[in-house]
Amino acid sequence: MVRDIVSALADLKEKEALKIVQERLSAGDDPLSILEDTKQAMGIIGKRFETREYFIPDLVYSGEILKEITKMVKLKLPKTAQDERPGKVIIGTVAGDIHDIGKNIVTFMLDINGFEVYDLGVDLPAQKFVEKIKETDANIVGLSGFLTLVFDSMKETIEAIKAAGLRDRVKIMVGGGLIDDEIRKYTGADAYGRDAIAAVSLARKWVGGK
Amino acid sequence: MTKTPEELYQERAKRVDDAIHLRIPDRIPIIPDAEFFPFKYAGITVEEGMYDYEKTYTAWEKTVTDFEWDEYIAPFTYSGSVLDYLDFKQLRWPGHGVKPTHPYQFVEPGQVLDGKEVYAPMSAEDYDWFLDDPSDYMVRAYFPKIAGALAPLAKLPPLHGIICYYQGIFESLSALGTPEVLGALESLSKASTEAFKWLNSFLGFIGRMAALGYPTFCLAVTHAPYDYIANFLRGTRGAMIDMYRNPEKILQSCEKITPWMIDAGVGGAKATGIPVVAIFLHKGFEGMMSEEQFRTFYWPTLRKVIMGLIDAGMTPFVFTEGDYTSRLKFIKDVPKGKVVYHIERDLFKAKEVLGDIACLTGGPPNSLLCTGTTEQVKAYCKKLIDVVGEGGGFILDPEAPLVDENPENVRVMTEFTKEYGVYRQ
Repeated sequence: MVRDIVSALADLKEKEALKIVQERLSAGDDPLSILEDTKQAMGIIGKRFETREYFIPDLVYSGEILKEITKMVKLKLPKTAQDERPGKVIIGTVAGDIHDIGKNIVTFMLDINGFEVYDLGVDLPAQKFVEKIKETDANIVGLSGFLTLVFDSMKETIEAIKAAGLRDRVKIMVGGGLIDDEIRKYTGADAYGRDAIAAVSLARKWVGGK
Repeated sequence: MTKTPEELYQERAKRVDDAIHLRIPDRIPIIPDAEFFPFKYAGITVEEGMYDYEKTYTAWEKTVTDFEWDEYIAPFTYSGSVLDYLDFKQLRWPGHGVKPTHPYQFVEPGQVLDGKEVYAPMSAEDYDWFLDDPSDYMVRAYFPKIAGALAPLAKLPPLHGIICYYQGIFESLSALGTPEVLGALESLSKASTEAFKWLNSFLGFIGRMAALGYPTFCLAVTHAPYDYIANFLRGTRGAMIDMYRNPEKILQSCEKITPWMIDAGVGGAKATGIPVVAIFLHKGFEGMMSEEQFRTFYWPTLRKVIMGLIDAGMTPFVFTEGDYTSRLKFIKDVPKGKVVYHIERDLFKAKEVLGDIACLTGGPPNSLLCTGTTEQVKAYCKKLIDVVGEGGGFILDPEAPLVDENPENVRVMTEFTKEYGVYRQ
């Protein structure tokens, strides 16, 4: 049975998905329509993650398959049209901490949900966030961290954003292994998210409310 | 009459032993994993402690004796000099990408820092090499990745060809005699000499603490086989993808190293006479993999490690990180009174499922210890003592290892547990 890319990718059938892509490209299909299908599949994957049918390894693997497909399609692609994105998110691990697994998953989830994500990396001085907000005009900032020392780094980062006169322009979420509502209050963030799903729904809520 | 250190030692050891074996002790023991807390508390930096071992142990001695904890989890403060000699890539430590006051941090295989990959993970293709001759892989591929000073070892011929018969000696030794490899061996020699010095300082501290009346709760460490592969060889991402693309290889590798993991724990425990062996769990919690993946890739070999330690007379101290609520039904499959489980999230549920099987440890969230009031800390501990402490089998320690929590809250947690945690028969 020949299935389409949407279901093959959504079901994480790598070989099958790649085979269909190859066949469609050979048949002269529009590469953009293939990418459109992968987008739809990623949407299904995101939903399955939200309903706890899929877990982090499923996301990571889907990202891996997507990378392969994009590689194949890119060769045939004209200039990619910039798609409409609902909002811009700046994300990074705050000063003193180099943990990035959680942050990378949140970045991935925001990305497949259409957000334009600026992932600044790890161990970031507060000023890096301030500069990026000015540069990109992003309206959402996500601060990540795993160690207890990040409680203070997050607080300092938010204070620096405030001192730069940018606090009213952005909504700020915090997240990481030991972060909870106590820490949300302590740092002065707008919200905390327990996991990547929470990050996406917060971001959606915030752009929707604009 | 005040008790002698010897009497206190026996009293504390019995209290903890009762809790571990699900008997009701005189009161709930308190054993925080103090990790990096003693540095700030005693007014030294992590950097000072990593280069001047006695400073670390003086800080620890002050902390444990000030708070009078029942026992303590041995400090995992490593030698900065050893890391320097090796040009070690797998950690960032004070002076090497981390502030002097901050804890050292682990760098994953394949992790990108400052825009570049720090060291490459084992490739999926190298599973065959690893499975065929793991020691050869470790010496010629792994050490060169994680230690800059050992990079020349990648140029050695396969280990199975070295010194196999008398004529072979000459050729084999010449491979070790190139200027590059000699340089690596020299660094290794310096690092080893320093590591020996560090170990003696460490063991001296353990002895001093015993003389002061404080037993060590645990010292030896080993790993869940999946974590070993994911943390050190393939990286979190690589191991996740292997569960789809190379399921047989990652399973075989987990099986292959299971006896190593048992040996590591048993060896460490026998050398020090401290039978509790810590296994810190990293990559199997809720969300990090599906239940099916946990059942297939994570739990079977972890259970073998647990059973191997028990069979050798040791007590596995399984430190779960993250949410294990949905895993409780698996991890309860261990012999009664032989395992200690640290539970980070939902100790109450854990008590329901594991209470008859294993001693539990856990306590207030670190966020509360950092920012909460003393009253909040007491209220949290009270609830835990009432519910999780019921009928014994509970040791109080914070949710996660301590770093820079408010010392006043740590004191309140300790004193309240001692006062309120008394079992009245």
